[in-house]
Parts: sequence; structure tokens; C-alpha cells
Amino acid sequence: MSSTGFNSQNGAGGQPYANGPSQNPVALHPSGPGYNMAHQPPYNPTQVKGPMPPGPGLYNSGPYQPVPLVGSYQAPPGQPMLHRPSMGPPQPMTPPQSASPGPGLRMPPAQATPPPPVSANSYYQHPPSWQYGAPPPIGAPPSMAVPQHGPVANHVTSSPSPAPPQLSVGYNAAPPAIHNTMQPLGPPATLQGYTQPGSAPPMNSMVAPQSYQPGHIQTPGNGAPFPNSLDHLETGHTMTGPAPPPGPPARHMGQSYPALPPGYQNTSAPPNASPMHHPMQTPSQPYSHAPQQYQQTSAGPAQLSPSLAGLSLQSQTPEALRVVNLLQERNLLPPGPISPPTPCLPQDLQKINCHPEVFRSTLTSIPQTQSLLNKAKLPLGLLLHPFKDLTQLPVVTSSTIVRCRSCRTYINPFVSFLDQRRWKCNLCYRVNDVPEEFMYNPVSRSYGEPHKRPEVQNATIEFIAPSEYMLRPPQPAVYLFVLDVSHNAVETGYLDVVCQSLLENINSLPGDSRTKIGFITFDSTIHFYNLQEGLSQPQMLIVSDIEDIFLPTPDSLLVNLDECTEMVQDLLKSLPHMFGKTMETQSALGPALQAAFKLLSPTGGRVSVFQTQLPNLGVGSLKSREDPNQRASAKDIQHLSPATDFYKKLALDCSGQQVAVDLFLLSSQYCDLASLGCISRYSAGSVYYYPSYHQQHNPAQVECFQKDLKRYLTRKIGFEAVMRIRCTKGLSIHTFHGNFFVRSTDLLSLPNVNPDAGFAVQMSIEENLVDMQVVSFQAALLYTSSKGERRIRVHTLCLPVVNSLSDIFAGADVQAITGLLASMAVDRSVTASLSDARDAMTNASIDSLTSYRTSVLTIQQPGLLAPACLRLFPLYILALLKQKAFRTGTSTKLDDRVFAMCQLKYQPLAYVMLMIHPALYRVDDLTDEGALNISERTIPQPRVQQLSVEKLSREGAFLMDAGSVIYLWIGRNCNPNFLTQVLGVPSYPAVPQNMTMLPELDTAESQRTRAFIGWLREQRPFFPILHVVRDESPLKASFMQNMIEDRTESALSYYEFLLHIQQQVSK
Amino acid sequence: MEAAVFILSLVDCCALIFLAVYFIITLSDLECDYINARACCSKLNRWVVPEMVGQSLATVLMLVSLHWFVFLLNLPVAAWNMYRYLMVPMGNMGVFDPTEIHNRGQLKSHMKESMIKLGFHLLCFFIYLYSMILALIND
Repeated sequence: MSSTGFNSQNGAGGQPYANGPSQNPVALHPSGPGYNMAHQPPYNPTQVKGPMPPGPGLYNSGPYQPVPLVGSYQAPPGQPMLHRPSMGPPQPMTPPQSASPGPGLRMPPAQATPPPPVSANSYYQHPPSWQYGAPPPIGAPPSMAVPQHGPVANHVTSSPSPAPPQLSVGYNAAPPAIHNTMQPLGPPATLQGYTQPGSAPPMNSMVAPQSYQPGHIQTPGNGAPFPNSLDHLETGHTMTGPAPPPGPPARHMGQSYPALPPGYQNTSAPPNASPMHHPMQTPSQPYSHAPQQYQQTSAGPAQLSPSLAGLSLQSQTPEALRVVNLLQERNLLPPGPISPPTPCLPQDLQKINCHPEVFRSTLTSIPQTQSLLNKAKLPLGLLLHPFKDLTQLPVVTSSTIVRCRSCRTYINPFVSFLDQRRWKCNLCYRVNDVPEEFMYNPVSRSYGEPHKRPEVQNATIEFIAPSEYMLRPPQPAVYLFVLDVSHNAVETGYLDVVCQSLLENINSLPGDSRTKIGFITFDSTIHFYNLQEGLSQPQMLIVSDIEDIFLPTPDSLLVNLDECTEMVQDLLKSLPHMFGKTMETQSALGPALQAAFKLLSPTGGRVSVFQTQLPNLGVGSLKSREDPNQRASAKDIQHLSPATDFYKKLALDCSGQQVAVDLFLLSSQYCDLASLGCISRYSAGSVYYYPSYHQQHNPAQVECFQKDLKRYLTRKIGFEAVMRIRCTKGLSIHTFHGNFFVRSTDLLSLPNVNPDAGFAVQMSIEENLVDMQVVSFQAALLYTSSKGERRIRVHTLCLPVVNSLSDIFAGADVQAITGLLASMAVDRSVTASLSDARDAMTNASIDSLTSYRTSVLTIQQPGLLAPACLRLFPLYILALLKQKAFRTGTSTKLDDRVFAMCQLKYQPLAYVMLMIHPALYRVDDLTDEGALNISERTIPQPRVQQLSVEKLSREGAFLMDAGSVIYLWIGRNCNPNFLTQVLGVPSYPAVPQNMTMLPELDTAESQRTRAFIGWLREQRPFFPILHVVRDESPLKASFMQNMIEDRTESALSYYEFLLHIQQQVSK
Repeated sequence: MEAAVFILSLVDCCALIFLAVYFIITLSDLECDYINARACCSKLNRWVVPEMVGQSLATVLMLVSLHWFVFLLNLPVAAWNMYRYLMVPMGNMGVFDPTEIHNRGQLKSHMKESMIKLGFHLLCFFIYLYSMILALIND
């Protein structure tokens, strides 16, 4: 078996083991609500829907040039791909579309009756209609368990009419705890068994446009920086915060909520707003603003004239290309999260395009040739979060999955139907037949409308795979825990937490009746636990021959969880005490991993390793390589690459046997994460690191560990997975980033896949993309769900091809570019050196701005000019240079650095961005103005501040959200009201040193602050710890290190960095 | 004596040509997905040392037989092989690392390298053949 895993590759159905739907225990992921619930805003910064390109109406008046008029778009010859049958789904019933791009009539009276489409929309723009047949009875209990556990009722196919209410409740009602993916559990009943809870085609049309709404509302938000920045200029750098953009009413039109995900837009819109009115008005705003602003500036001080000239000359260019002089405009951060740019696609295509949180490209306009790409000096790549918890996901059961016969692409919304019976693949352009079965549309129950099938209506879809997609029967969920029980480990007291968490969550581990579990502990010997039924208590078997490890009783070490729950519970209860007095200090991690591999290799599964020190016995033992005196060295950092290939080899063996290893490192000393991390990196595991973990001394870490463990144990999991990324002929992938093993050119082997893993790939253009209007990318993830179903989740992204540099710049997605550059820099620091990586990042920003200056700008002006879409690029690059992973000159432990590098590579973009550039809010004066309303909670939305000490004031309290940790900084003269009402202390000196949570006081201020922090936490699957920081706190240093715009002893301030770039650019 | 040296080099050169072809075939198999990265790399890594030895042997033979021109021709290739072998990072599984080979265009650069070596060995082959015939005639 050993080599089979690898060989099977490719070919047609040929993805090796196929998968099943992963089951997501619905109620299991409470910690990840942000993703799941309709009402929760998705994770902020990036998740928000990008503003739509203005609809046709706007185009006429507006500056957006790159795309031909939308109205005419369908017609132009030579774009067969775009040509969609006119009855295309999104449009029906939306005659007003031409006038008002979006929502038109169907804006439902917002909050009052959240009809399913609305609330559920927050994620997908174009929710599959069949999911929502009829609006669910509003009062229906949002029982989260319904979709999961009620197999029969759920099974959509069999009973379309009764089912809808139930299903839709599951998805739409969206109580915070609801889980996202809706998967009908029932056995696929019929061939056409297609989830079809409702069959209401009309809803379809209602839904689609609806989801669009946010985009439009947002546009004004985007425009907001405009007035600000210009105001700012005029007033000549006063440090006051930007004047609030147009007064409250205007804010309500959307400016204040640029970030709102669709779900909220509805709520915030005035109920009963005249539907036509709203959409039309909002989009027009930004444009009407813009001209005004230009005029204003022209009246401004003479010194502005150069930039002015630029502005007026470029006034025909889209917002993304607006010239920004970075040296003059200080306040570039938008008040809220940054939304990804929207590709310039015809509206009907864009509407069904993949959501940017799942699939995102660094350039939303793909250059036609490699030389054009080289000229732009921007990296081209994709960032994926394929297994993200989704609010709703159409699931299709079908005996034949329609794929292209030559390139095996799954049929997707961007293929073109030549006629009723033939479709043309959008990746290889082969013409394929439409199978007979596909002619029948289970949604509308009509025949002969293949283009209305859900596969062709949704860019993200999941198939239940038939048996061709399995090389062996789907594996059961198998969990093996490998615990370090050496003296050091017992000392930290982590065993209690692990055993306690497991006891609590033992029933919510994803799995079915076949789920197996096992335990191994190790110090200088390996201890196995026989948990066979019939024993009176768990039996420990010690293997001391670590040179040649063997399994004492291969059959009874992994036991069925259902049958042996009691035995497992016994073990978990006694385990923490068993090693209480151990004096064994050595750690034989290598042999323990080999044992784990042997134990799991027949089935595959997940190994969770808990390690607290440097392994120093047996194979894979390591030596300390860190020299503490070199931590702050400005010279090159050594030892970022592994010291041995043992862990890599073992990881590849594991990968071949579908075993993934997740590593939890809890240690106060150097553990050589660079070497140990390989075990997870190549087996598609995840790495968790808790520096200086100690039961008593570090309660904050303990809490964080507990929460992470809970999420880890209960989150969805996919086994024996493979992911293939296909792209249109002419493009190819040349580098992969993330945790997996690249088995062949485009196939990633993922023994386990989890919803918190992100991936990135770099692309190159091998053949010129002339004659192509659009290109597509498809990521297909084949996995076995914890319920033993083989499933395929397919995401398809479609992007326009452009042939001018200015269009490329207009489509640049600065966050995605930063994320990809960070991954590339990690590679560079390991293969070359850290200073090389730092130079490369700086050069990336210099080169792209130089290229912009020389090739796109028609008029040369002084200053550092950047297109508006890249205005944050230098800031992010500077932030990366000051990030733990890449900083020099500041004392950084090697493990901390390596861990930061791991995170940059495998975390989804949204979290990476927070790590790189934390969000700073002022929280002592939170008000309800502009607050969000989510399930009856009011969540204040303070403005994001620049990361500079000048923004901090002694009178205030500031909250910094750095992804995995949140700091609450209290100024020395902080408003006493805040101290008493929120912190519950009488005065500043009384603020405790190690405060990690806010007291639950019954005051409005306390409620607001806690609601806000709670909301931030809900948006991510892990649990950020809160640290209250005051001047004397030891954590003040780490808080201040995040003030990236300021100068430190070893690094430039933002302004100096800009000057440096400017110097290089104008050379 | 002279002839013996060239006959030996010729044999050595043939082996190196075969090896280069084998590298190219294996790498292109990987490119076309006929084999997986792990199998490919373990196959290729096995032959890295023999290739290095073969190349060094030819170089040394030329040196001891005082054929300076051919020696200088061979030297860079031998040095490159050594360098490549010695510069493998500790954590990698050899010159060809299955986890890296699909990244940063490594596959292509390996392919290019093998092609160049093949060309070089063919050139050497004819030089040795010519020299050998010349040596035999002179005898």
C-alpha cells in the first residue's frame, strides 16, 4: 500500500481516493460562527464583497473604462465564452436591471422579515435557488441540528415539498450557532437526487440580485477615502482625524458601512426603503462626489497643483487607478475593512463568480502575456481557502458528474453551451456532449435546460462522488493522540487541559459509528494503551526498544469510539495523574511518530502530537541550534531550514498512507520548530505553538490553548483528500505555498483537510492569452467526510484578460499581493537568506511603483505616486518587514520567527492580513452610531486607526486586533468613566497587571466593549486572547512593536520608508 | 596507452550519456504525471553520486594523461556536479527533493540542466572518439 497512495494519480476520475462529504457537525463549531452564520459578518477585512462594478447605467456616467459597455457585452462577436443563453438565470424577472444594477425590486423590507435569501446571502452572492424554495416559516426554530442529524427529513430529493422549510431554516435562520455547510445527509435517493428543497424558480431571480446589493451599497464606502484624503491635503496635514465624511445621512447611505457584508446591508437599510430608490442612489454617489472633490482641490493651495494636474488628467480613470501621492496623503486607511476589488466581468458572470474569501487572485485582471506581467512587476497568483466553513453550499448527488473529456474540468458556470447538447470547456476549449441525465433540471424539474442546472449556476458546489472516485472504501475517521509525558511536559500541566477538553468533546469529534481513537504517550519509551472492550481498565503497554519500534498488539490499540467510550474516558481521567512523579526528562519523539505512523498506516487518519521539548532520544533527535545572543542580530538569521530530513521523510510516508500529523508545541525553550514543523507541513497538518506555556504561570496561554483545542477537536475534517488546481490553457502553476505535498504538477495531496487551512499558488503565463476575454481557474477538492462519504468540492473563478498595464494595475488586489509576497518571502528566507527576502519585498514595492510611474502615468510629477488600489502596498510591505517572521534587530526567538513563517504560509488570507497589519480601534468612546445589529446585539463599529503612537492618546483606551491576540491599551489619564464602567476598577493604578478578560458589568459601556470584542472573536475560528496593557505591563513592548508606522531603533518609520521607496523609484 | 585512456573515457562518456537520457526521461515522466514526485526523486537521487563519480573520472583521466584542453572542458561540469551535491540543505532529501521539485520552476531547471549535460556529453563523446582513433592510428 505504501506506494499506492502516490501512484494513483491523475487521470480522469483518477483522483485517488475520493471523498465524502465532510460532515460537519453542525453544532460543533461554535467558535467559528463568523463563517457559518448568515447573520454573522464574515471575517472582516477581506470577506466583504467587493464593490460591484457599477452597472450599465453607471458606466455611462462613470469612469470605469476597461470593460466595454456592459450592455453590449453579451453581443460582441469573438467572445463565445461569454455568450450565455439569454435565459440565463440571473436575469429573469429583473427588467430594471439595466437601469439599476442590482437589487431593484427585491429588496425586502429589511429586518422585519429576514427572508431567507437575504440573510443567507452574506456569503454567496448567488445562492442557489433550489435551496430556498419557499421562504421558511420565520418562526421556525433554528435548530441547528436539523440539517445534520435529521437525515430523512433532510434529504431533499425525496420530498421536495415538505423539505424546504426545514432546510431553509437550517441555513437561513442563522442563529449564531448554526453550521454552515448544509449537507443533506440522507443517502442519495435517486439518480437525480439533487438537493432540492424548494423548487421555486422565481426565488432564484429574487435571490441573485439581492445578494448584489452590498456591492452597490459599498461603492460609496469606497469613495469615502476620497473626500477624506483631499480634505486632509487642503488642511495641510493636520493630525486630526479625517473629518467624518458627509454627515450622518450620507453615512447612512452606506458610507459608514463600507464593510458590511450583505447580510447587514439589509438590516441597516431603512426598512421599507423604496427599493428602486436605494440602489440607484447609492451607486451614483461616489461619482458625484468625485467631481466635486476635484473642483475643490483645484481651488486649493498651489503646492497641490501637480497632483491636481494628475487628478484632472486622469479623471477618466477608474477609482482604482486614481493617482495618490503617498507622501502627501497620510490617512490612507479606509475606516473599515478593505474589500477586495471586483473583477471587471460582465455582470451576469461576476454575479456567479466564486467568492473572494474562497478563491482570490492577486490580479483581478490577468495580463495577456508573460512579458506584460513582467512589466507590471506584480506577482500573479491565487489564494485559496477551499475548505472554508460556508454558510451555504449547494450539494449535488448525481450518478454522473459532468466533466470535460480531455482536461477533466468539472462543468461550471463559465462554460459555454453551443447548443442544447454540447458544451465547450472553458479551460481547454474542447467541445463536449451534454449527457442525457444532465438535460433534466431537478431544480425546476424541467427537461432540456442544462444551463440551469445548479452545477452551471454556482461557482462553488459540492458533489457526492460515486464509487469511481474511490480507490478503496472511504476510510473511517481515525484519531490518534500522541502525548509527551516527560518530566518537562508534566511540569507544564498541559495534560490536564488536553484530557479535559477531550472528555468534554469526545462526543462531538466529527465521525460516524466507525470512528476510531487511540492514544500513545512517550518519554524515553513509548507507551501504548490497550483499550479493547472487555478489559476492566485500560492497559498500558510499554515498548522500550525505541531503535526498532513495533506495535505490541496491533489490533486493540485503535478502538471504536462508540464501543469503548467508557474505557477511553477512564484513560483520560487517569492519564494526568499517571505520570505525576515521573523523573524522565528525555523525549523520544521520532520513535513515537514512527509508532503512530505504523498504527495508522492501514487506515489513514489524524495524529495529534503534543510536544513540550526538544526531542533528544532515538531517531529524529535534534540539538539546540539557537544562540540566544544572536536573536537580535541584524545579521542573517541562521537555522531557518530543518536540521534533518527525518521529519520530512516521515511526513511523506504519512502522506502516502493518508496520515496527517498536527503538531502542538508547548514549550518555553527552543524546540527547533523549523525541523519539527516539517512533519506537519508535508503531511497537510497544522501547527500550533504556545510559547512559555504553563498551567499556573501563564493562564492566558492556557485559555487560548483550551479554546484552540476545542475548535481543533470539533471542527470539520476531510480525510484522504486531494486537491487539483486547473487553469485555462496557457497558464500554469509554478510554485505552491501551504501545508501539503505536491504530488504531481497540479495535484496536492492532503491526507487531512481542515477548514482553517489556506493555500496559495504562483502562476506564470506560458502561452499568450490572445483572443481570450476571460480565463478560469478551478480548484477541485476530493475528500472523505467524517461520515464516510466521498465528496468533491469545486470552486471556479473567472477573471478577465487585459492587455494594458493600466488595466492590470486597476485590478491589483493589494491584500492578496501582500499575502502572496509574504509566502514567497518565507520561501526565500529559507532557501536563500532573511536579508534577501527582506530586500525582495522592498524591491517588489519599488518595482511595481516604478513600473506604474513609467508606464502608466502620462505625466511625471514629484512625489511618490501610486494607484489608489495599491496605496496601501508600501504600508503592508513595511508591516511585513516589521513582522515577527522577517524583522531584524529586534530580539526574536527562533521558534517564534519560524512559527510566524508557518502561519504566513498556511493561514487563509484574512487572518494573515490581521497578523501583518493589525487593526487599531479607539474604544473608550464607543457609541451606537453606525453600529451593526446582529441577532439583537448591537455591535459598535469604531474607525480603524493608523498604527502609530501619535494616534494613541493618554486620555483614551485603544484596542488592537492582531489576529491571534487582542491588546487593550489603557492610557495613563484614561477617562475614569471607562475605567469604572468597563474595567471595573476605580483608577488607573488599580488596573491589574495581568488582566485577560473584561468583567461583565451591567453598564452600557461595558456591554458595548464586550460586544465589540466578542464580535471580533467570532469572526475567526481560533480564539484570540485579550491582554489589558498599561504602561508598566511587560506586554507593552509587544503592543508597541505593532505600531508599524513608527520608527524603531532598527527599522524605518513609514514616512522614511516612503522616502526610501521614492528615492529608488525616481532613480 | 593513449588509446586505452580514450577507450576508457569513451565508455565512461557513454554511461554518462545514458544517465543524462535517463534523467531527462524520468523528469519528463514527472512533468507528464506518469510518476509521482517521490518516486521520481528517489530514482534520480540514486544516480546523482554515480554521475558525479563518472564525470570526475573522465576529468581525472584527462588530467593524468595531460590532455589539458579536454580536461579544462570537463572541469566546470565536474565542479558543478560537486557543488550541487555539497550544497544540498540539510533538511532536503538529496539534490532532487520531492517537496521542492514542483516549486519555483525547479523541474524545468533540472530538465534544462540535463539537456545541457546531454549535449556536452555528446560533444565529449565525439572528441574522445576522434582522439581514440587518432591514438590508434598513431600506434
